[in-house]
Amino acid sequence: MGVGLGGFFTGKLDDAIAWARKYSIFQYPFVTACCGMEYMATACSHYDIDRFGAGLPRFSPRQADVLFVVGTINHKMAPVLKRIYDQMTEPKWVVAFGQCTCTGAFYDNYAVVQGIDTIVPVDIYIPGCPPRPETVLDGLMKLQEKIAAEKPRT
Amino acid sequence: MDGHAILARLRERFGPAILETGDHRGDHTAVVDRARLAELLRFCRDDAALRFDMLMDLTAVDYLKFPGRDAGARFEVVYHLYSVTEGHRVRIKVPVEEDDPVVPSAVPLWAIANWYEREVWDMFGIRFDGHPDLRRLLLYEEFVGHPLRKDYAINRRQPLIGPRN
Repeated sequence: MGVGLGGFFTGKLDDAIAWARKYSIFQYPFVTACCGMEYMATACSHYDIDRFGAGLPRFSPRQADVLFVVGTINHKMAPVLKRIYDQMTEPKWVVAFGQCTCTGAFYDNYAVVQGIDTIVPVDIYIPGCPPRPETVLDGLMKLQEKIAAEKPRT
Repeated sequence: MDGHAILARLRERFGPAILETGDHRGDHTAVVDRARLAELLRFCRDDAALRFDMLMDLTAVDYLKFPGRDAGARFEVVYHLYSVTEGHRVRIKVPVEEDDPVVPSAVPLWAIANWYEREVWDMFGIRFDGHPDLRRLLLYEEFVGHPLRKDYAINRRQPLIGPRN
């Protein structure tokens, strides 16, 4: 019974941590282009991203959990993005916000990185040029599901 | 000064070094031999009647596979000059061959030419003789090739560069 109780208790603690993480998303907005306007619209009162516990952007990667890559990333910016990602502490997640970050979109040229997943691992892709705030919130909720399903490292 | 008068003055001074002149809807253009370009630009700036004290733009064109243009030099470097005091302007073009893509630098005449020429070197690979610091302006040093050349394949990809210390 003791062992069973311990196993039961550990399982519930994982859930509690996952629940807390899911509703305390501190984002780092890596905003480089026009998608930033749509990101701001999502963050402001009308769509109110704070309902999902993601209302506090941190402008230091060391204080952030989720890297929002918002806008076109070119080859010259890529080393900066990689460094920002490396500076974030675990656990961390990455959201590719908009077509440019997902695939490079119509910037099929010499300057633009064809999808940021060539530089950093991506958890959620939010397509759109730019994505509507509803799409962003949908992506955010999918990220929450993903966070909630993760087990904390032991 | 009227555009035709500007071209006439250049023709009178430089004679056969002016390969061609023309105007399109009031924009007057002189095509100049590269050998006398530096001298001509200095004349444009310093002549009392012309006084082109401002370099509005400096760029280049790659005429590779250009429709209706089979012969002639591959590149053209284009200067747009404006005179703040006189209120007139002119366009100077200089043909540049592919196997010898060098043009004398305009930096000693107009300081703004510094970044323009770096951009042209970056995008077209045309070198400017006498430029104090001819590095890439917009792209990074590891970039191979010059992307605005028409033979730069549109789907050619550069390797990613890593973080630097």
